[in-house]
Amino acid sequence: MKPVPLEYRRVESVEEAVSALAEGGTEAKVLAGGQSFVPMLNMRIARPALLVDVNRVPGLDGIATANGHLRVGAMCRQRALERSALARERCPLLASCLPFVGHVATRNRGTVGGSIAHADAAAELPLALVALGGSAVAESPGGRRTIPADDLFVSYFTTALEPDELLVETVWPAARPGEGFAFEELALRHGDYALSMAACVLRVEGGVVAEVRLVVGAVAARATVVDVPLVGRAVDVAAAQEAAEAARAAVAPSGHLHASADYLRHVTGVLAERAVLRAWEGAA
Amino acid sequence: MTAIEVTVNGRRYREVVEPRLLASDFLRHTLGLTGTHVGCEHGVCGACSVRVDGAAVRSCLLLAVQLDGAEVRTVEGLAPEGELTPLQAAFRETHALQCGFCTPGILMAASELLEADGPPTRAEITDLLSGHLCRCTGYEPIVEAIARAAGTAPS
Amino acid sequence: MSTATETAAWVGRALPRLEDEVLLRGEGSFIDDLDPVPNAGHAAILRSPFAHARIARLDPSGALELPGVVGVLTGEDVAAMSRPFPVGVDGACPYYAAAHETARYAGEPVAVVVAKDRYVAEDALELIEVDYEPLDPVLDAGRGEVVSERTFTYGDPDEAFERADLVIEETFAFPRWTCAPVECYGVVADWDAAAGSLTAWANFQGPFTLHSVAAAALGLPGSKLRIITPRDSGGSFGIKSTIYVYIALMGLASRKLGVPVRWIEDRLEHLAGSSGSTARTTAVRAGFSGEGELLAVAYDVVEDVGAYIRAPEPATLYRMHGSLSGAYRVRNVASRNRVVLTNRCPTGLNRGFGGPQLYLALEGAMNLAAARLGLDPAELRRRNLIQAGEFPYRTPSGGLYDSGDYEACLDDALELARYDERRAEQAEARSEGRLVGIGVACVVEPSVSNMGYITLVQTAEERAEALPKSGNAEGATVIVSPLGGITVRIGTTPQGQGHRTVCAQVVADALGVEPADVDVLTEMDTSTSAWSVASGNYSSRFSGVGAPAVHLAALKVAAKLRTIAAAELGCDPSEVELRDARAWRAEESVSLRRLAGVAHWNPHALPPGLEPGLHETAFAAAENLAPPDEDDRVASSAAHGFIADVAVVEVDRETGAVTVLDYATVHDAGRLLNPLLAEGQVRGGFAHGAGAALFERVVYDEDGNLLTGSFVDYLCPTAPDLPPLRLGHRETPSPFTLLGAKGLGEGTTMSAPAALAAAVADALGVEKVELPLTAPRVWEALR
Repeated sequence: MKPVPLEYRRVESVEEAVSALAEGGTEAKVLAGGQSFVPMLNMRIARPALLVDVNRVPGLDGIATANGHLRVGAMCRQRALERSALARERCPLLASCLPFVGHVATRNRGTVGGSIAHADAAAELPLALVALGGSAVAESPGGRRTIPADDLFVSYFTTALEPDELLVETVWPAARPGEGFAFEELALRHGDYALSMAACVLRVEGGVVAEVRLVVGAVAARATVVDVPLVGRAVDVAAAQEAAEAARAAVAPSGHLHASADYLRHVTGVLAERAVLRAWEGAA
Repeated sequence: MTAIEVTVNGRRYREVVEPRLLASDFLRHTLGLTGTHVGCEHGVCGACSVRVDGAAVRSCLLLAVQLDGAEVRTVEGLAPEGELTPLQAAFRETHALQCGFCTPGILMAASELLEADGPPTRAEITDLLSGHLCRCTGYEPIVEAIARAAGTAPS
Repeated sequence: MSTATETAAWVGRALPRLEDEVLLRGEGSFIDDLDPVPNAGHAAILRSPFAHARIARLDPSGALELPGVVGVLTGEDVAAMSRPFPVGVDGACPYYAAAHETARYAGEPVAVVVAKDRYVAEDALELIEVDYEPLDPVLDAGRGEVVSERTFTYGDPDEAFERADLVIEETFAFPRWTCAPVECYGVVADWDAAAGSLTAWANFQGPFTLHSVAAAALGLPGSKLRIITPRDSGGSFGIKSTIYVYIALMGLASRKLGVPVRWIEDRLEHLAGSSGSTARTTAVRAGFSGEGELLAVAYDVVEDVGAYIRAPEPATLYRMHGSLSGAYRVRNVASRNRVVLTNRCPTGLNRGFGGPQLYLALEGAMNLAAARLGLDPAELRRRNLIQAGEFPYRTPSGGLYDSGDYEACLDDALELARYDERRAEQAEARSEGRLVGIGVACVVEPSVSNMGYITLVQTAEERAEALPKSGNAEGATVIVSPLGGITVRIGTTPQGQGHRTVCAQVVADALGVEPADVDVLTEMDTSTSAWSVASGNYSSRFSGVGAPAVHLAALKVAAKLRTIAAAELGCDPSEVELRDARAWRAEESVSLRRLAGVAHWNPHALPPGLEPGLHETAFAAAENLAPPDEDDRVASSAAHGFIADVAVVEVDRETGAVTVLDYATVHDAGRLLNPLLAEGQVRGGFAHGAGAALFERVVYDEDGNLLTGSFVDYLCPTAPDLPPLRLGHRETPSPFTLLGAKGLGEGTTMSAPAALAAAVADALGVEKVELPLTAPRVWEALR
């Protein structure tokens, strides 16, 4: 399994990168961590004429906080983010899903931005970005723009990024006082892409839920925000079960090789229920 | 074709390579370092793992051109002359290899784990191994070997 | 008769392996590490995307124009240049190394491109134009063409069913799976036009009956097909037996194009076009007395061997023939064996080789009976196990079980598993609404296959007209060099089982030296090695016949050394003891090196009747392996181990996820030649068996497309996925193998699926469950 013949350019700046992408159009692809992309190259599913290698572009791998957000450079390796005490402290939901992303060896090389831009519906980081209501910053020859997560992920492996845009940063709202969170995933083997996932962030004030965001993933073309009637309530088993039913109603998964549609729908509800309960307990 | 310069196991190589040449093929066939093995070419089995600038990565998911300016360690560089490292010796003691095909990739990944602060827990060792396929040993002897090399307490 | 070695010092010790240092340093010598012949072209294979299609047109001209391409071998070339591979079943669709007019499985080779490197070869594949006319594939084994059908009856099952108090009828399906070694196939083929011969380097594992099959297809006498195996092989577990098809294919490419051809299979090819286990559906009928005595068992088997029946199939169906009654005393046994074709990759050897399929059904029937009779499943086994005093035990279908103490093994397993406590815990868990289950399996593990069992595919009348087949032999050579160095050559093609170490232990004992002083060459060369059609590594035959061949050759050398020493020491050879690399008589001694010196440098001084040099070859033959008799009975294996397993699982009611809380296995494989390696084989066998039970299944969709085409979808378990395993051992030596050892590479692969299926069924309170036991599938069973 060898890639098709291709051209390669290793760029040293964002300007160089976007200019190369603009030149190459749809025939040019960004090469970041490569953990999702190079298998597609090797299988000849991806057949770009030009690879734009951004691994040596400086300044794209930082982890910093600003204005209640965690700002993570696109080229930040997943492993570095996993080991970041700052990330763990300020963005615990993000930190909790990172151990599920592939394996230690793929996290050594795989990037946060790469996972976001790849937009695999069964990937954890896109789900977390949607759950937190984060955003992505993209740069093109025309300038820079910020894309909210809800607009960023369009469908399977498809984002709102233009062919000449490079993802340069991801922005994750930091945890606020009174917040609880939980991430739940079901996969067949440790480290596999999820069969189903659920992430819940909720804020408790005065003993009831003040804000809640429940998102499920891997069972639709993109992470799906679930409308849950929890605001103003305490979360008990009944409330969690309502959340489970809402999650089930929000998705219409297709069965596949490993699981039937019924199973995927059912287990999505189970994970949603567990996530909501754990987030509530964590907020206490 | 692109000229690259890469240091492997302390020795500097200068080669001219096609952009699409995989790092795994480069190490094995251009440099003749056949200790790194290829099992899947899609990043699942981990047999091709080597250390690039210290990090254990799958060489089948890297292009040779990306190694330009990098420092690479392969299994041949663990104990180039003389005695096996404690990690390799532990593999022998616990019978952590049978056919030996997956072994180099696991040794390189484990060598990185062992350089981290503090001995790894058995859970961390098992988690590391989730990125490696072995069809011979059932993994337990491998976990044991890495734990011994780390001085981790027996389970 | 078996003979234990006289003063065994090394055999039986848990010696760490001599193989390891080289492998740990990354200096292994696997097929893709070799460069045995210069100027080889690199091959890539064009494979059919359709499960069933007429190949209307194949035009390689585009590929031929690509710079760097040496040439193309088409299916038409293959049909013209070779004959179909011989197979034990008559009248089946001819099978060639590539498809010519019709492709019959997705992944079947249709052409080979040879180019200056693999990258260019893959580019060239895309330039070959093929017009396929898709045809309907047959994917339901129930509707596949039946290429072989035979029925066997032993004792009087009908009568026994009549008087049974309980008759169980159930159908068990074992899905197709594959051991998928981490190293794929590799072939370097070099056709010598002047000599009309082919030399092929390949990680082939035998059996070397398949050498004859490949030679016949190529139209070569056996002496003109030279197969050389590399020193190291990255796992096989049966899968690398059918590489002979690709040896032929690359040999033809080399012949047509006039260059040596190198082909290193990639993972996608491997999962689509190498080999795999059969898928088997078994309808079991089992009759029991009210006390749980198994009175009769009848199987109706449909064995799906894929698109073609290719040698050595239908061996998967007949390998276990002598063990149709399993570990039990039942005397009335019947089996209807049907071999069918479906449009999938052809099957072959795969660890367990018929055992996992048989025991899923037999043990499944036992569990059903236990439930219906209100008996504990372990107790039901106990009431039926062959007793210790009954060995050697002849089964109704002709199997000859050498030795064992099955009940003691079962007791060990129940104790290791803390069975009674676990049952009590289970009752408590159930009262809390938790789904906890316990499963038991008792299996007989045959080893050292009788090369004649496959002839059961024919009737007794048909067999009478052909050359009978029987036995299992192996050759080995032990050499002492002019300077006293010791070398062993074996033909058992190890892929990690540690043959080099065990051979060194065996020779060390025979010659009185240290294992580190013994060099063992594991490379096999059909032109120069001592081998038999049975050579290779399969059916766990090394301990039973491979090591004995080495032992016999070493004994010949030892006898010669004693004779030479006797002359030097002035005594009778029977007074000479070999020890510490010297020959002793009382306090006097002479070094082995000196004795070698006499044999090589001063042959004139040799005692009369002795040939010069020290180079001895011996062949060991397994005992009792006669051809099938006229009543279709056959001792299908020479040695029989026994395994008793207890699995404890909990099922998550909401997600169906199975957690194995404990797995205890007790294994009796006779005398253990090296306990460290033995444990490794049990662990590895368990990993494969648990993999098949919990994760692994080769899946094709309704159009015959392979859905599990990469490691993303074919789910091999990794370290966190495998349950912990606790092992016990028992040793009842075999009276039939020279060293008292039995094979043990496959037993837990046979037992684990049965034990885990039983445990999950018990947890769910259902009669049976379908493999693999993934969460989504178990959840469906819960509904």
